[in-house]
Amino acid sequence: MKDDITTSDAASRRPQPAARGGRPRRRRLTFDRVTFFLAFLGVPLTIFVLFVLVPFGQAIFWGMTDWRGFSPDYNFVGFDNFTKMFQDDIFLKALRNVALLAAFVPLVTLTLALGVAVAITLGGPSKGPVRGIRGASFYRIISFFPYVVPAIIVGLIWAQMYDPNAGLLNGVLSGLGLDRFESFAWLGEKATAMPSVMFVIIWGLVGFYAVLFIAAIKGVPGELYEAAKIDGAGRFRTTISITLPAIRDSVQTAYIYLGIAALDAFVYVQAMVPNGGPDNSTLTISQRLFNVAFAKQQFGYATAMGVVLAIVTLVFAALVFLVNRLTGGGEGESKRKAPGSRARRAAAKGGAR
Amino acid sequence: MSVIAADRKPASDRKPASDRRLTRAAASSDRRFAAISHTLLILWSVIVIVPMLWVLMSSFKSTGEILSSPFSLPDHWRFENYANAWTDANIGKYFLNSVIVVVSALVLVMLLGAMCAYVLARFEFPGRRLIYYVMLAGLTFPVFLAIVPLFFQLQNFGLLNTRPGLILTYVAFALPFTMFFLYSFFRSLPHDVYEAALIDGAGDWRAFFQVMLPMARPGMAAVAIFNFLGLWNQFLLPVALNTDQDKWVLTQGMAAYASSQVYDIDYGALFAAIVVTVVPVLLVYCVFQRRIAGSVSQGTFR
Repeated sequence: MKDDITTSDAASRRPQPAARGGRPRRRRLTFDRVTFFLAFLGVPLTIFVLFVLVPFGQAIFWGMTDWRGFSPDYNFVGFDNFTKMFQDDIFLKALRNVALLAAFVPLVTLTLALGVAVAITLGGPSKGPVRGIRGASFYRIISFFPYVVPAIIVGLIWAQMYDPNAGLLNGVLSGLGLDRFESFAWLGEKATAMPSVMFVIIWGLVGFYAVLFIAAIKGVPGELYEAAKIDGAGRFRTTISITLPAIRDSVQTAYIYLGIAALDAFVYVQAMVPNGGPDNSTLTISQRLFNVAFAKQQFGYATAMGVVLAIVTLVFAALVFLVNRLTGGGEGESKRKAPGSRARRAAAKGGAR
Repeated sequence: MSVIAADRKPASDRKPASDRRLTRAAASSDRRFAAISHTLLILWSVIVIVPMLWVLMSSFKSTGEILSSPFSLPDHWRFENYANAWTDANIGKYFLNSVIVVVSALVLVMLLGAMCAYVLARFEFPGRRLIYYVMLAGLTFPVFLAIVPLFFQLQNFGLLNTRPGLILTYVAFALPFTMFFLYSFFRSLPHDVYEAALIDGAGDWRAFFQVMLPMARPGMAAVAIFNFLGLWNQFLLPVALNTDQDKWVLTQGMAAYASSQVYDIDYGALFAAIVVTVVPVLLVYCVFQRRIAGSVSQGTFR
């Protein structure tokens, strides 16, 4: 309430007493004010509506047509695209693959990120107050490194690392005496292609979430740590009983956005296995969609896949919310924290690319 | 070294007794905790650094050397790999395209995002909450849902395969994130300063550009860094909407170069191209990394 400024149209309905400065608060719809609103709200919203909202809205309609794009005529086919999709083995395989990605990538990434964040912030010497580990800023810089490298380049680097003949990975493994890995095709074997891709996505994203969690952990009030210490709790106990519950909200938010990132995963798979991998074992819905749209020109069908991807995303987010609620999170949250968590959510999205 | 240590010092000075109460068991478990922490961090640092160093090293080797001995240092340092990458992969051109598109989009989205956040955060008008939630939805839906209609939307405006088209699309998709981040910033700015500006005779325009915007500078810097990283790394939008090879951005060019390499392998040049793409961004990151860490916490603790 304290930040709200009464605009002229609201003010004219409800005349207000003079403000502190002795000037009346009431202001007329001046030229200045009209242009101000047009520019400040009109311009950004126009761009947003034209390039985000309208395409999103159109997608739902085009998803129910057999439109092929370059001719203006199309037939409205209702849900035919969707029934066709669920009889399409390749699509079903892609759906299964993204389900695997959404199940494992956030889990492993966040476990690692939490581990790194806790080690950096709480791993210091146990004498005196709880403090960061020696070399904390070095580790923080290093672990954020991969996030700065464009995702496509991360994919290209690892495609080379995994290379059967020239790659470092096989070099190391056969150097250790494991002859089996002399020329093992990590991305070319059905059993290892998907785990290899997952590892790279995790490698690329851990640093960002570690930095996010470090910030969250530093926001935990120091008195809590002092109190735990007086009660005789060690580092490990403090982490489990104080730190993790305190940053639970950040973890949930990160989980959702990581899941969304994993569900599309387009950049990484496109860099490492553009053809969908052995027997389509790494094909994602996004790759399939892109191919169906821009190579086969079946725009109606491709858009329908986009709708399914959006629904899967929403279901995933709802599941995370539900699990968190059922296990007792998000209840004692006071309103005081609301603006902070909003910004944190926005920050997490920045990491999801 | 760590903010925590600095924050907590006064408390511990007052109460050093709490150390003595630490039981012996807790102390040894703490040592174990510290040891595990160190091991974990060293291991993770190795996993992060080794691939990068390997890429750097390989960028100076010949293809034959890379194939025969992936570990060893190059026999002689082949700087010509870099020249080859620069000419074959057109890195210079794509780099310039990336800079033009990303910088224009960044300036635009920062300005428009700040304006929009300011109005939504500090003015009361009908439809305010609706706009807020519609933008929240824009943040949540996957870009893939929109990609096909977006293609034709740009075509209808004659913006397909043009830089302005790409820039506007970048702006549109980065707008919700920018708006939400700055929204909490503008909400927290003191009301008195704004009042004072009005009393001094500033209109809404001047109050924003000369008073409120400079006050939001820390928030702006934080969002700008994240937007820069996000836009610089953007891949899907240019691949779908910017197919004119002369206007390719760096990520597109690199992907195409790597896939063309499959038929005619010059590993050394490929690695050199990767290094040329990564190093400038890493340097910028090393300069601004304090800001990044700070910005995350600023966003978090409003």
